Amino acid sequence: MRPVYAVSGGVSKFAKARPEKTFQAIVKEAYDYAIEDLGLEFRQFTELVDGSVASYFSDHFTRQLMAGIMAQDYLGLCPKPSHRVVGGGATGGICFQEGWKNVASGLMDICVAYGFETMSHVNTWKGNEFIALASDVSFDYPVGGFYSGYYAMMVTRHMKEFGTTVEQLATVSVKNHINAYHNPYAQKRNRYTIEDVRQAPMVAWPLTRLDICVMSDGAAAVILCSEAGLEKLEAASGKKVPRVRVTGIGRGTDAMRMADRPHQTLEEFLKHNALPHEANNQATLKYYEDLWGRGFRYPGIHSFRAGRMASKKAYEHSGITDPKLELDFVELHDAYTSSEIQTYEDMGLCRYGEGGPFATAGTTFVPGVEYGLDLVESPVCPVNPSGGLIACGHPVGATGLMQAVFAMWQLQGTVEQHFGDSTLQLEGARRGAIHSHAGTGTYVTVSILEAED
Amino acid sequence: MSESKKLPDKIQESDDGQILFSVPFPADLNAEALQALKGMQPIIIKQPYSIDYIHSYGQDSPFFAGLASRVLLGCRDLETGYTYANPRAHDMYSGQPTEWVQLPEQGRVHAFTVCHFGSEEFLPQTPFVLVLVEFDGTDTLLLSRLVGLSPDEASLEWIGMPIRARFLRNSKFKPTDIYFTPLE
Repeated sequence: MRPVYAVSGGVSKFAKARPEKTFQAIVKEAYDYAIEDLGLEFRQFTELVDGSVASYFSDHFTRQLMAGIMAQDYLGLCPKPSHRVVGGGATGGICFQEGWKNVASGLMDICVAYGFETMSHVNTWKGNEFIALASDVSFDYPVGGFYSGYYAMMVTRHMKEFGTTVEQLATVSVKNHINAYHNPYAQKRNRYTIEDVRQAPMVAWPLTRLDICVMSDGAAAVILCSEAGLEKLEAASGKKVPRVRVTGIGRGTDAMRMADRPHQTLEEFLKHNALPHEANNQATLKYYEDLWGRGFRYPGIHSFRAGRMASKKAYEHSGITDPKLELDFVELHDAYTSSEIQTYEDMGLCRYGEGGPFATAGTTFVPGVEYGLDLVESPVCPVNPSGGLIACGHPVGATGLMQAVFAMWQLQGTVEQHFGDSTLQLEGARRGAIHSHAGTGTYVTVSILEAED
Repeated sequence: MSESKKLPDKIQESDDGQILFSVPFPADLNAEALQALKGMQPIIIKQPYSIDYIHSYGQDSPFFAGLASRVLLGCRDLETGYTYANPRAHDMYSGQPTEWVQLPEQGRVHAFTVCHFGSEEFLPQTPFVLVLVEFDGTDTLLLSRLVGLSPDEASLEWIGMPIRARFLRNSKFKPTDIYFTPLE
């Protein structure tokens, strides 16, 4: 496989509704921004780009089949090769990886991955119904299909297994919303307290409205290229592009019905799912022996095996053996505060069962930002420095690409240029991970991006 | 040979569907007016969409016939004994066909939530309790509804609670033909 670079990106303004534009025109906002940031004219880029990958989650929201080609057509990319990808909430993350494959395989030198969702075309509760159709329509959806309900069941089990508290969940919401306060692309830029989160209307016990991401209209685009592609772009623009290389990709899956997921023994976990820094650490092995001894089984419904396997493969690909210490930041799929805590564990940032205390320690916060919280540890690996899905919004097909753009800007050191505010720029950030997650944990992607000199 | 009929030379007007009898629009389409159209507010219309699907439960059909007969069926790999609380005609580990088995009518709450909001279809039913049920001798869980509790008293104490199956008398051939109540 050839080296692949993420060289430019764009994100449209995410909003509850963007009725002033059709989805194609919203994609064009992000696409044009990415071209302009490369220092190229539209026609120059059209001449150079080899093809694209399009992502959007739901034909129901657009009430339009083949919306991908409509965006391709509007962007002036016809007759270049393209295809649409879909995989629930991970659609954007999958799109990024399919773009990577196009370049890594040698099929393309320059590929643009773009994605969008326009969820405002139906009311919020119909939108929830569409999303719930991403659960088994024979056995799960008819019982009361509602994703917040599904995640809330995971929460109650996580709380029962590990003693996780609602205040720990709320801390994630406070952190991500306050981060987004400094991100002009974010849909929600509010400073909340833990009390605000807990006093918000209860949606599915114990998740309140501020534990849950909102629906959005928006788009994002990322330009990926090979070394040869990079040379072509730089020759055309006369401008040197900061090197951000995609050094690892991983993807995992799990059963559609979370009720069907296994309850594995420690031996099975160690054989199939453990990360090197867990399997090689005696204290962690003892901790897990005790955990399993108390009746814990893996993954059950409290853990995302797909997220663990995506992480494991991405880490293997990029040579990461202790992610908390080797990643400078993570942009992960916090559709729910609880799923951020679950994902800390899946990504090996902490041990299974320790996600709750890990959320409140301080390790995952952005240095220099005032959160109004008592944090006992200094930031080590900020999680969702952009504000994540909870605050930025979640236009599904764009979300994973939005993460890629924000991660790339972190590694380029260009956050201030794009945000007009340097608060969220992590000093000396060299390596970051992006994590995109579908369904109740059915498809998960993890990709690693690294700055190169 | 019949004489061919010419189609009407004008489309017949009708008064069904969306009608806006007048829309603000420049009377004089000069260059300035054409430019100003870029600032026009969007026209947003309602597009109804409704359809009846023909949905077959296929090989899983006996599960629903069982519920209609007040029997909860699961599936088992006879060689390993791995038992699913949902229909699954092939075992995910051995790849071999499973066999139907009758599951117990009593189980325990493995996880739950109280939905105070819901998808549009279920919004009128809120608040309702979703539960994942665990059964002795069964390796996976069953998603169902739990009734007979006060939604305002949701508590982690509910996890592990013994519960028993109830069946609708008038089967709708949906998974909600079975639901659970606390075991008195």
